[in-house]
Amino acid sequence: MDIVLTLLTIIMTAATPLLLAALGEMVTERSGVLNLGVEGMMVMGAVAGFGGAYVTGNPWLGILTSILAGMLMSLLFGFLTLTLLANQVATGLALTLLGLGLSALIGESFVGQPGIKLPTLSGIDPLVPFSLVMVAAVSWFMFRTKMGLVIRAVGNSHTSAHALGYNVIGVRYLSVLFGGAMSGIAGGYLSLVYTPQWVENMTSGRGWIALALVVFASWLPFRILAGAYLFGTISILSFVLQAQGLGIPSQFLSSLPYLGTILALVVISGNKALTRRNTPASLGQPFVPDR
Amino acid sequence: MRLEKRAERSSTMALASPFIAIALTIVTAGLIFALRGNSPLQALYVYFIEPLTAIWSVEQLLVKASPLILIGAGLAVAYRANVWNIGAEGQLTAGAILAGAVPVFLPQWQSPLTLAAMMVLGIAGGMAWAAIPAFLRNRFSANEILTSLMLVYVSQLLLDYLVRGPWRDPQGFNFPKSVTFAEGQLLPYVTSGIHAGVLVTFVVALVLGYIVSRTVKGYEITVTGLSPRAARFSGFSQSRTILFCMMLSGGLAGLAGAFEISSVVGQLQPQVSPGYGFAAIIVAFLGRLNPVGAIIAGLLLALSYIGGEAVQTALQIPDKITRVIQGILLFYILACDTLINYRIVFSVPALARA
Repeated sequence: MDIVLTLLTIIMTAATPLLLAALGEMVTERSGVLNLGVEGMMVMGAVAGFGGAYVTGNPWLGILTSILAGMLMSLLFGFLTLTLLANQVATGLALTLLGLGLSALIGESFVGQPGIKLPTLSGIDPLVPFSLVMVAAVSWFMFRTKMGLVIRAVGNSHTSAHALGYNVIGVRYLSVLFGGAMSGIAGGYLSLVYTPQWVENMTSGRGWIALALVVFASWLPFRILAGAYLFGTISILSFVLQAQGLGIPSQFLSSLPYLGTILALVVISGNKALTRRNTPASLGQPFVPDR
Repeated sequence: MRLEKRAERSSTMALASPFIAIALTIVTAGLIFALRGNSPLQALYVYFIEPLTAIWSVEQLLVKASPLILIGAGLAVAYRANVWNIGAEGQLTAGAILAGAVPVFLPQWQSPLTLAAMMVLGIAGGMAWAAIPAFLRNRFSANEILTSLMLVYVSQLLLDYLVRGPWRDPQGFNFPKSVTFAEGQLLPYVTSGIHAGVLVTFVVALVLGYIVSRTVKGYEITVTGLSPRAARFSGFSQSRTILFCMMLSGGLAGLAGAFEISSVVGQLQPQVSPGYGFAAIIVAFLGRLNPVGAIIAGLLLALSYIGGEAVQTALQIPDKITRVIQGILLFYILACDTLINYRIVFSVPALARA
């Protein structure tokens, strides 16, 4: 029984950063904006979270700084794609390249420093229940409130939403900022809970996996939850297999999450009916009000 | 302040925008140096000018530019067709692995054919690695951005496994490195600092430039990118374009990997590239998605690597600054490109005034 509980805890810890980032990106994409910079926002959240906790001595302030860092990065993305109408794919890549470089530069003096772990509440990392609550909250917000309907309308047909008098660019800015905040927390989770320290490139592709997760979950919050825990299980599988000492090279086990992501994308994208029903119709297209 | 669409795209701005972006990047870099407490002018001089004042560092620049140009030119063609191959770093690694297999398994083989075999295998490795996302996109409509990127991690882990495991040099004191390549397995040098691969790179970029602007294939690629519908009506197969673009950019990345290990690196080791595959994305955009433009852009990005090393040695500024400057540069290019199709108007919109 204890083993089951331990495994479950490990899976939850591995799944939570993916879940947080993917939830945020889902809202961004539902508004019609494809932000490929999740990895960059996440790694900036990680370095800012570590730095905030390191400087103030308070890990909760670290979480706050990680959110702010993610939001600042997403604001930069929003300014380029929404105000300057730059190509979203290219800008997202730029955000990732900049985030990885900037975090390495900022974190130079943090390497090897002892980290501060976010305290647990009666044995549970507070961000784990937070992420679960967010699944329900985001689902309720997107599908049960008027504001959620507006976001989906903007993402499905920005011209119609504009004609109805909704502020397309404003809604998109807010959705992008929410995505940034969630990616930021996800990064903060890595450097304050998962492995409380700063290591360069410590996100190691989790931002990209989160992006794939949104597609895999066909933009539905509860499927993101299921997908994140599935991925948590895959990455934990490698630890378990390694502990068994079966002589499988560790590099092969480490590549499982990446191969799993490819497999998941293939399985879900092959199902055209499912993807077409939920893909935001205006995804990736810039909006220019013609009147 | 708002944007107003130009009647037609400004060709002046299309040429000017990279230069505005470079100027803004240099100003921002100066600001970062100043914030760190360095003299900005001195640091900018060491970073951007000093490397150009000595023959050996100009040779260094050309050698570093070679993989960037080779990969960037291929990516430029792919991005033209809206084929988003962002896994060039993985294709480079796959090319390096296959090319490196020759010296690892046949350490004695040093005929004139050896290098040719290594280069062909390098191209084949890059192509094979790029064929996976192309196939998955064509067959299952799986997004090539995500699959090609995931494969970067997989190829790097594979290389890591090989040089720590079966391909490790038995006489290498347990270092994670393959055997050192023999004389006949290394590229010949045309000057003391420039290897033959650099020349090949320039030829390839020029040929690609010709293909893009003067041949039907190039036209097909450009039309597919600008209007997939028009391309379909013209009978251009989208899946064939995707496959072509992925194989071309992947093959060139693989060749760059083969060049690197048979010149600068001289063996296989866990890391064979300081992120050339990712920096080449910036090269493609800075070069206006034109293979010839990629030559100039590649030289500039190479300068950013060499300048980063220079400020580290001369002024103890961490060379991590390189990637920051590269990232900022791409942001400025994308922002300045807005000016090609839009002009900035500093006035209240007519409607609001009325």
